Amino acid sequence: MDVGAMGREAQKYVWEGAIPLQIHLHESEVTTLPHPSPALVLAPRMGYLPLLLPLLKPHFSSTLPPGVDTIWFEYKGLPLKWHIPTGVLFDLLCAEQERPWNLTVHFRGYPGNILTPCEGEDSVKWSFINSLKEAAYIVNGNCKNVMNMSQSDQVELWYSVLNGNMEAYQRVSSKLKLEKVGDQYVGKPNSNLLKSRTNTGETDTGGPVKTDKCFTLRDAVKALLPEFFVEKTLIDEEISRIELEEESRAPSDDESNTRNEEDVEEKQRENVECCCPSDDAVTKLKLVRIQGIEPKLEIPFSWVVNNLMNPEHFLHICVCVKVPQAKPSPHDT
Amino acid sequence: MDISSWDGTLSSSDFCLAAHAFTEKWKRINPVLPPWSWVPQAKITMVEGYLSLENMCILRSCEVQSYSHDVRYFDFHIVYSASYRVPVLYFRTYSSDGQPLLLEDIEKELPGKSTNVLMESKWTFITQEEHPYLNRPWYKLHPCGTSEWMKLLFLTDPSLGVSQGVPVELYLSSWISMVGQAVGLKVPLEMFNKRKE
Repeated sequence: MDVGAMGREAQKYVWEGAIPLQIHLHESEVTTLPHPSPALVLAPRMGYLPLLLPLLKPHFSSTLPPGVDTIWFEYKGLPLKWHIPTGVLFDLLCAEQERPWNLTVHFRGYPGNILTPCEGEDSVKWSFINSLKEAAYIVNGNCKNVMNMSQSDQVELWYSVLNGNMEAYQRVSSKLKLEKVGDQYVGKPNSNLLKSRTNTGETDTGGPVKTDKCFTLRDAVKALLPEFFVEKTLIDEEISRIELEEESRAPSDDESNTRNEEDVEEKQRENVECCCPSDDAVTKLKLVRIQGIEPKLEIPFSWVVNNLMNPEHFLHICVCVKVPQAKPSPHDT
Repeated sequence: MDISSWDGTLSSSDFCLAAHAFTEKWKRINPVLPPWSWVPQAKITMVEGYLSLENMCILRSCEVQSYSHDVRYFDFHIVYSASYRVPVLYFRTYSSDGQPLLLEDIEKELPGKSTNVLMESKWTFITQEEHPYLNRPWYKLHPCGTSEWMKLLFLTDPSLGVSQGVPVELYLSSWISMVGQAVGLKVPLEMFNKRKE
């Protein structure tokens, strides 16, 4: 199979991807006996949790207390952010990939101090369009193509996402002229192409430095999270030195002081270890998961982006990090 | 930076420079107002953070007389957007008893001028979104048109002295004098002029 066909097949898998959910109604909203059985639904990876309302409401409506519906979900007590695609939530929160995924649904008592308000499908749609605009701005330097989309195209685009219709989606989204990501290695990656909730690469110098080397997924993750890559190059040694200093300066109560020092020592040992030339990179990454798979880090980043991105044109990379004992990860959010 | 090729955006390191110039200027010109402070975010390899002005007390503009219940408290944060490469205003507001206010109520109370600013520009609108550092819902002025009108602003105002290049240190004070209007934050005129004396 050639690379193009492989890519198309990957896209199809991604679009057809779904997560089996077992959804329980929160007991505070059960007004009848016996308790309603959990609802079993297949949630599209590309979809958003509030869009499951038409499937869930009939299942639970007879037992709900009187009031107005505002649907929200939680997993093990954690309210779930509805603007994050369902597949990404699953990859992020369910490292062990529990199936079916057990979630709790609420129709009352929306936690407005924690979650942004969601007034049904329309809120989800506008959040999607806003993300698409942001992506367009990063690619083209403006979001005119999205802003000027005709009403019918906008409706068609949204319905294609709502119904998981890849062909319809590709037909409309091609009009947005969001260029595919090229293959060339970018010596100084354009920070605008890489965005992370907790960390953003930044470069002030002009154009990208082009070489024959392919820019891989590893290069991309490293640009976003340099602190998890300790490599034997001058620059990276500099970074790890700063990291060690940061570590040793980190405020800590008396009890954890000794433990902190141990961490620093361990890191220094890692540094020494990675000085042997056979070792290309010592990482503290546990795993990198995209669309439910753990792709090899040597894959060209352009292939990953072009085939595994979500329809709002963002690639969601879930990074699982080994946390030094008893210290919270800086990337836990 | 040459103004003719400038696209109205800022790099994140320029944002830090601009932020520090802005807090100093604010302190100098508005000694009685609460100061802006820089909230650094722990990052190993780069400087990151945002500007914060909390508990800013703004009287309800439509009332001539002010009673205690007419006082509104605002928290403003200026956060750099790496996607749009511009500053973004996040805010939340609550009444004197600590109750948070809804957007509808906020919009009702905005001075007429603000409503005009919001109405006239299809680029300036308020949405509720997650604060990128606090991960909680905050109101936000959407940044997708910011670079465009910042470029216009700098090109058309001779007092900004752009002939000498883009004055990074004036970026935030010029910007806040625009976006501040949209949320009823009055910025003294002195904030918005000329290069350093």
